[in-house]
Amino acid sequence: MATQSTTSTNSGTTQSLGDYIKSRMIRIRSGDLGSFPIIIGLIIIAIIFGTLSEGIFFYERNFVNLLLQMAGLTAIATGIVFVLLIAEIDLSVAYVSAVGGVFTTLMLRQEAANWPWWLAIGVALIITTLIGLLHGVIVTKAKVPSFVVTLAGLLAWSGVVLIMTTRFSTAGTIVIQDKVVLGIANSYLPMMWSWILAAVVIVIFTAMQFSQRASMLRQNLMVKPMAILLMQIVGLAVLLLGVVWYSNKDRGVPVAAIIVLFFLLLWSFVATRTRFGRYVYAVGGNPEAARRAGIDVDRIRIAVFMISGFMAGVGGIILSSRLRSVDTNVGGGNLLLNAIAAAVIGGTSLFGGSGRVSSALLGALVIASVENGMGLLGLASGTKFVVNGLVLLAAVLIDSFSRRSRENSGLA
Amino acid sequence: MSDSPLLELKGVSKNFGAVQALYKVDFKVHAGQVMALVGDNGAGKSTLIKGIAGIYPYDEGQVTFDGKDVSINSPRDCAELGIEIVYQDLALADNLDVVNNMFLGREKTQRFGVLDENGMEQAAKETLESLSVTTIRSVRQAVAGLSGGQRQAIAVAKAVMWNSKLVILDEPTAALGVAQTRQVLNLVRRLADRGLAVILITHNLHDIFEVADKVTVLRLGQNVGEYSPKTTTQQEIVHAITAGEMTHVPGMQEEA
Repeated sequence: MATQSTTSTNSGTTQSLGDYIKSRMIRIRSGDLGSFPIIIGLIIIAIIFGTLSEGIFFYERNFVNLLLQMAGLTAIATGIVFVLLIAEIDLSVAYVSAVGGVFTTLMLRQEAANWPWWLAIGVALIITTLIGLLHGVIVTKAKVPSFVVTLAGLLAWSGVVLIMTTRFSTAGTIVIQDKVVLGIANSYLPMMWSWILAAVVIVIFTAMQFSQRASMLRQNLMVKPMAILLMQIVGLAVLLLGVVWYSNKDRGVPVAAIIVLFFLLLWSFVATRTRFGRYVYAVGGNPEAARRAGIDVDRIRIAVFMISGFMAGVGGIILSSRLRSVDTNVGGGNLLLNAIAAAVIGGTSLFGGSGRVSSALLGALVIASVENGMGLLGLASGTKFVVNGLVLLAAVLIDSFSRRSRENSGLA
Repeated sequence: MSDSPLLELKGVSKNFGAVQALYKVDFKVHAGQVMALVGDNGAGKSTLIKGIAGIYPYDEGQVTFDGKDVSINSPRDCAELGIEIVYQDLALADNLDVVNNMFLGREKTQRFGVLDENGMEQAAKETLESLSVTTIRSVRQAVAGLSGGQRQAIAVAKAVMWNSKLVILDEPTAALGVAQTRQVLNLVRRLADRGLAVILITHNLHDIFEVADKVTVLRLGQNVGEYSPKTTTQQEIVHAITAGEMTHVPGMQEEA
């Protein structure tokens, strides 16, 4: 252990399996739990609702429903992860997502604008990104806390949504009239394509892992044990193929799930493999250090708010497609709180600098599972709110305890 | 040690309104030399350094670096000359690991702007090894988990990684214990032995006698003497800091 992990000796080798497990155990014991608690939480949620619903929770049909339910939320939460990484907050995402959804729907009305789907979606996403730009500029240039700026945004954009929906329809409900946009959350990948897609993802992941390993060995760096690498590849393969197999027993993998997966991979890549992503973490960890390193901190902040606006737009279009229409309530309810809760439950710190893009997926999965399960049980909305609140509290408590033990072991 | 100084300031002055922070200060440092800069609070140490850093350019005076007259008007000019400054608060991002901190703002990239993590890890390890920093277990460890001395070592390593010629350290041992102070002083010595010029700002006379080749004493914005620790006692330096003879009385108009 001592010789394996020093910087000078024994580089360019494979860490032995025993050492790898030992160093992992040390990290877990010192409070660096990673995704461990959330996976345990998901298993508990599945057991509880599986039992209470007498197995309906596990039906293929419900599984595909769950994927559809979490798609829009995951997209919005992805933007929130970036905002939390720089230790800011965006309270406007729910209504900004509604602006995206409503604008798209309005532009698709055959009796009015009648835009093609790609133009409507494209312009809607540009608009929500510009809204993020506006928030970001006010936060950085006027030095107003993002909490206040986006709270004002929450109010103002909810008003805009109301104006837009009631202007063209007395009932306030506007139906989406385009097949492609409807298809986002109401069509499914042909079975063969979903298998091919899963296989392609697995092959790319494997190739990347092995080329990374080869280049690390070439440069005399220590690599993780081959057994762990193979386990990760097999784990990913089982997970992806399992999802495809189970979905294909019902309607298939929803198109919306593929879209969200694409954005998750894209933003994960940006966060971990590019300068921009590195600067986002640096700004969240120590803005002064980032500034002295020559990073334009304001520009990073503004860009992050634009990402938040963009992903809110993506989520909003998916959510409206799922409901096949927009009405005066779009963007309301607990969408905002669910999006922020998803990021936090997934393990993104509210204090900046720590978290992963994938936490949006895990957190959204927890929230959607709980909502889906309670829906199956036909619980009253009051009960639902209470349970949601308890789940969020549990996640924050785990985060707080793990941070404390990290501090005690000098790792935080 | 070369004959001509790497950095030479001749008669630099700086006013902040009515306050004369520096008055016609001469100062020089050679390559391969540790120059300690001492003085009481308000003596002008920080102002002198900020002039070199380009944060508050001097009002008058001449700056020569590597034999050429230069004017340093921004931190960027300073970095381009090969001058790196390690401030007291170090400015490390706790959530990033050692490699990421050392390359922050100057990341290596490969095709399509993808970060070259392996190349950076390799270079970071080499730099740390060349400075004999052996106490850091893994360069992929977050800086948050490091001790004060280790953090100081990372900040210094970050400064010397960019082919810098002059490294300025602002009170590097101020917050450290005995063992860690020793580690950092050893590191300072190694920098000079590698041929870098080092300016060490400090309040601690012990540090000076431990590593410095020369000491410049500032008092009330003036240079009151350059000493060599080998031939000087602590008393003499303390006397210079508190009661060094000044050529010019602050607040009085210059004659002729």
